[in-house]
Amino acid sequence: MIGLLRRFGRTGLTFFERLGRGSIFVLHVLAGVPALFLRPGLIVAQIWSVGVRSLIITVVSGVFVGMVLGLQGYNTLVDFGAEESLGVVVALSLVRELGPVVSALLFAGRAGSALTAEIGLMKATEQLDGMEMMAVDPLRRVVAPRFVAGVISMPLLAAMFSAVGVLGGYFVGVGLLGVDEGAFWSQMQSAVDVNDDILNGVIKSVAFGIVVTWIAVFEGYDSVPTSEGVSAATTRTVVHSSLAVLGLDFVLTALMFN
Amino acid sequence: MNTKSVEIGVGVFVALGLAALLMLAMKVSNLAELTAPDGYQLTARFENIGGLKVRAPVTMAGVRVGRVTEIDFDDNTYQAVVGFSVNPRYARIPLDTSASIFTAGLLGEQYIGLEAGGDEEFLTEGGEILLTQSAIVLEQVIGQFLYSKAAEGGS
Amino acid sequence: MGVTRPKPLVAVKDLHFSRGDRLVFDGVDIEIQRGKITAIMGPSGTGKTTLLKLIAGQLLPDAGSVTVDGLDVHSLSRERLFGLRRRMGMLFQSGALLTDLDVFENVAFPVREHTDLTDAMIRNLVFMKLEAVGLRGARDLFPRELSGGMARRVALARAIALDPMMVMYDEPFSGQDPISMGVLVQLIHRLNEALQLTSIIVSHDVPETASIADYIYVLSGGKVVGEGTPEELGRSDSQWVSQFMQGLADGPVPFHYPAREYFDDLMSGPLP
Repeated sequence: MIGLLRRFGRTGLTFFERLGRGSIFVLHVLAGVPALFLRPGLIVAQIWSVGVRSLIITVVSGVFVGMVLGLQGYNTLVDFGAEESLGVVVALSLVRELGPVVSALLFAGRAGSALTAEIGLMKATEQLDGMEMMAVDPLRRVVAPRFVAGVISMPLLAAMFSAVGVLGGYFVGVGLLGVDEGAFWSQMQSAVDVNDDILNGVIKSVAFGIVVTWIAVFEGYDSVPTSEGVSAATTRTVVHSSLAVLGLDFVLTALMFN
Repeated sequence: MNTKSVEIGVGVFVALGLAALLMLAMKVSNLAELTAPDGYQLTARFENIGGLKVRAPVTMAGVRVGRVTEIDFDDNTYQAVVGFSVNPRYARIPLDTSASIFTAGLLGEQYIGLEAGGDEEFLTEGGEILLTQSAIVLEQVIGQFLYSKAAEGGS
Repeated sequence: MGVTRPKPLVAVKDLHFSRGDRLVFDGVDIEIQRGKITAIMGPSGTGKTTLLKLIAGQLLPDAGSVTVDGLDVHSLSRERLFGLRRRMGMLFQSGALLTDLDVFENVAFPVREHTDLTDAMIRNLVFMKLEAVGLRGARDLFPRELSGGMARRVALARAIALDPMMVMYDEPFSGQDPISMGVLVQLIHRLNEALQLTSIIVSHDVPETASIADYIYVLSGGKVVGEGTPEELGRSDSQWVSQFMQGLADGPVPFHYPAREYFDDLMSGPLP
């Protein structure tokens, strides 16, 4: 019993310790961001690595999710004779929730784990130490560009996910299931509000981008410099950032759509 | 991966992302309406607004002419006070126009339908529509129906 | 001995450092003279790499001081520490090259980060450094395509890219074939001669290191157990020093890891 409590306590303390370390870490990183604008090449290279390489998985998933929404939405609405509202269902589900959340989860799995592994390996092979010895701050040179790239890429990926998702829903609903094309778009356009829905979706995806990228680079930087250490850190990135996205989504949704 | 192609790739990526955002804003949402010029405000009081919401459409002859902008409650007269804006293109709404709350379809959202009166003078900013008809509340209708059925059966 | 030596470039005074509950340094005094090759030697695990990190300010000592070129390393602000590090070169055991850059870009890295030289000037500078280590022809290769010895030479070129006042070599000879070792020994010697480059070599390869070192410190058990020129140490009567210099299996550094009495261990388990 005491042992269990002790483990609990230790886990709790470790949690706060890492949270504290992570916060100090991200503050250092943010301090290095302004200087980055003098060297945009670094950010561009990272957007390629983190954003562009996530493009295919995001778009393909978006299309499929949109098509499934079209299918399921139709099946449910047709019972009420309300299948003309399919556009509304597809668009709102994507823009408000599925777009930001699913693309963030995909991002965490694909780009987040890659970031952690990359930075962790650089630490394990002493490249970060080497940089420090050359008087180059690895937080500014290695971590900050990746962080900025992640925060920039995430909302773009989420927007693309939602956009192709809507097209996917259009293809299934109008193309395959015979929903009226005009009704599909016009009802969607009156129901989806730029500020309440789209802007909030963008805000969500920026928040997710910050959280996922933060966790990914921190886990890499903080990892134990061995192969097991890097592997454990990569797993933690995917798990923690996925949970964080889902939790944050609930909080943001409650704040925004109440 | 040489710098040139990386830069082009990133440029394309960012462009696609912005294009997606633009598409969402334009085709998926009501941005087009929001950018319409601000209309003039009118008010109307109702006994019961049912499920009417802010941003619900205001139509005339079935054509959308405006939007509900605010819903308030007057605790002196115990009425709902609905404020709505009308597109300035439609500046010839007679003073004695009536406003009723309808439901779009069987389960659809509720909206305000205006029916033109015959007055020669028109409503302007801040004007109020005096002839109103509240929303039909389903329970009341069913209650009336059952009551009348019962009365019928009794006589 | 009372010989007045010129002011050392690096002075380590009464250094104490522990990692966890392991005492790594228990009062260490070391002086690195300018323009000379000084070797820090000792058995594995005595914390020689830790010493380099303490000199470079990456670690903080529990007590004692480290002075480089008159500056107390651990009281410097982050900025000034970074400024000092620009004048120090460090060669890591693994080379620590950046794996996403090719050889040329690796050597150019510190130059690009700390100077505003034009691309043409950088090109010439990098070529010169690569030529000095004999790898100018390998400039388009990536670290993964290099052998261990070549990677270290590239790392050396990088370490001297900004013409530092001193270079620290962390186990430069370990795990190398005889030819690569010979090359590295030559390079360190030549650089020291040609550029008066103060060199600190941390190593446990006695013959190679002794062949070029001007002065050697032998560390063991967290203390300096012997110091002197290679000849002096070869003649030393200290048990510690001779065990190390001659590679004896047992001596002050015991063969057996501390354990119970052998008989007790055998008798304590189930009888076979």
